[in-house]
Amino acid sequence: MPLHREPRLADPDGFYEVLINSQRDLSDDGAALMNAKLVLILANHIGDRAVLDEALALARPASAAAASASATSAPT
Amino acid sequence: MLSTYTYPEYAYQASAEQRSGRPQPHAVVIVGAGPIGLTAALDLASRGLSCVVIDDNNTVSLGSRGLCYAKRPLEIFDRLGVVEPMLAKGVRWQVGKAFFRDELTYQFDLLPEQHHKLPAMINLQQYYLEQYLVEACQRTPGIDLRWKHRLVGLEQDDEGVRLDVETPDGRFTMHSAWALACDGASSDTRRLVGADFTGQFFQDRFLIADVAMKAEFPTERWFWFDPPFHGGQSVLLHKQADNCWRIDFQLGWDADPVEEKKPERVIPRIQAMLGPDARFDLEWVSVYQFACRRMERFRVGRVIFAGDSAHQVSPFGARGANTGIQDVDNLAWKLALVHQGTAPMALVDSYDAERTVAADDNLRHSTRSTDFITPKSRGSRLYRDAVLELAKTEPFARPLVNSGRLSTPTPYAASPLNTPDRSAFAGAMRPGTACADAPLLVGTRPGWLLDHLGHGFALLCFGALPAQAVAALQGAAVPIRPLVIGHDLHDHQGVLAQRYDAQPGTCYLIRPDQHVAARWRSFDAPAVHAALRRALALPAEN
Repeated sequence: MPLHREPRLADPDGFYEVLINSQRDLSDDGAALMNAKLVLILANHIGDRAVLDEALALARPASAAAASASATSAPT
Repeated sequence: MLSTYTYPEYAYQASAEQRSGRPQPHAVVIVGAGPIGLTAALDLASRGLSCVVIDDNNTVSLGSRGLCYAKRPLEIFDRLGVVEPMLAKGVRWQVGKAFFRDELTYQFDLLPEQHHKLPAMINLQQYYLEQYLVEACQRTPGIDLRWKHRLVGLEQDDEGVRLDVETPDGRFTMHSAWALACDGASSDTRRLVGADFTGQFFQDRFLIADVAMKAEFPTERWFWFDPPFHGGQSVLLHKQADNCWRIDFQLGWDADPVEEKKPERVIPRIQAMLGPDARFDLEWVSVYQFACRRMERFRVGRVIFAGDSAHQVSPFGARGANTGIQDVDNLAWKLALVHQGTAPMALVDSYDAERTVAADDNLRHSTRSTDFITPKSRGSRLYRDAVLELAKTEPFARPLVNSGRLSTPTPYAASPLNTPDRSAFAGAMRPGTACADAPLLVGTRPGWLLDHLGHGFALLCFGALPAQAVAALQGAAVPIRPLVIGHDLHDHQGVLAQRYDAQPGTCYLIRPDQHVAARWRSFDAPAVHAALRRALALPAEN
């Protein structure tokens, strides 16, 4: 099944409020860690690599070069 | 000097060819008497190819190096008849613990897959492994071990290799049809042929410490991410034989190896990780550095590279010696058949095709582990930390924790030696895959499949093989031994049929290195002959 790109949230304003409030008391680092956890939790829930790959491509800035799964350009 | 081990010393002897000044023609000279070179000698000798092993030292590996041996290399050692002392001395572990900062993230039980003769892995100091291999080589006809022989020059042409060797009695030249370079990461042979590594993905340094415990300590694998006693890095603790524990401290590339090695710096760290009550002696400390890289081609003329001389990976995941042993498992039968003139040089080239793929697989696993263990950016560190925090309570996050993956054989899925399937098969035993073991009955006695595959080609048949089929196997390019399940061997538990997705009539053509070459739903003599020729890199018959 392809990634849903049509609106699916029943109460968009309500969800957005919950999302923002969930990080209200957090530091930038704390919020970033929470976001990372959220991505992992939702990715596991979706559980479909094709959908996740599509979502990754959609989220990645268009200006950035295409990501390569085999990129190994770590500092030496 | 270790308190738990005494290094054997092997006697140097001047060879007859050096004393007389008349070179003897050798089939294979193996450079380096480490785990890979010694295994190669045993495998070649088992196939009737005699060899000389030269080594610049006269003892086994010093200090703490290779540590974990996985099931497939153990199966290879078993085929070569040397696994028993390794299993007897080696340590098996079940429980692993992962720590993040000062907390246990989770612990797991290694629950290996059932119905295998050999364990998923054992821990054993490299010096024991080498000692057992040397002892086996010493009692094997056709293996000439020469200590204190250092390779100093090498020339080759289409006919063979001339190796200039330095011994305590001076220099002399050896002539050989083939040279096998098993002389490690800083291979002299590689330098002498003018080859180099391509691709250098990353480098790192590790502090290796062996400690002898003075009291009982649990037989568990402990891995720390970012521990308080070694901030920002990782630490691995493993049990070895003789109550001797191995600790790997990741140092990072910028650390000062001399400073880090000082006992006054190492001992408090170890005390902090083991707890205040642990009593231990420091047996060994060294700093190990590596880069992840490989040679572009593993054959340079008549010089063939195996093990660390050809490829290097990070120590996480125990991929160094394990993959090198599988290199020589892949090479030995091919070299024997090519040297006899039964198969063309293309068969040796399939070694390069198959094992470079395995090296790349190891490099990929190693890179993934390293990216998890040592995040390279704030973003990747956040994901790593998120995984480790979630893993405390969430089972879904635990498979994402990567402290090094157990080394498993890389299937040669795209090998030119494979015959593609004509029928549908389920399961893992695709052409190019190392044969999974399975329990069997031999008559009424329990046995194992791999013990019965032998050293040559085998045709594993499920259900009776018609008499004319056996006759049709005669006259093959090399002998094929039929092995009939239900007649020679009995699949009393059904594990074999399940692992091979077998139905009555199913046949597998198995290579001499116990890999699947081809398979069919029913016996077909011309197809078997064609698959055999393909597995030997012989041109198809019209």
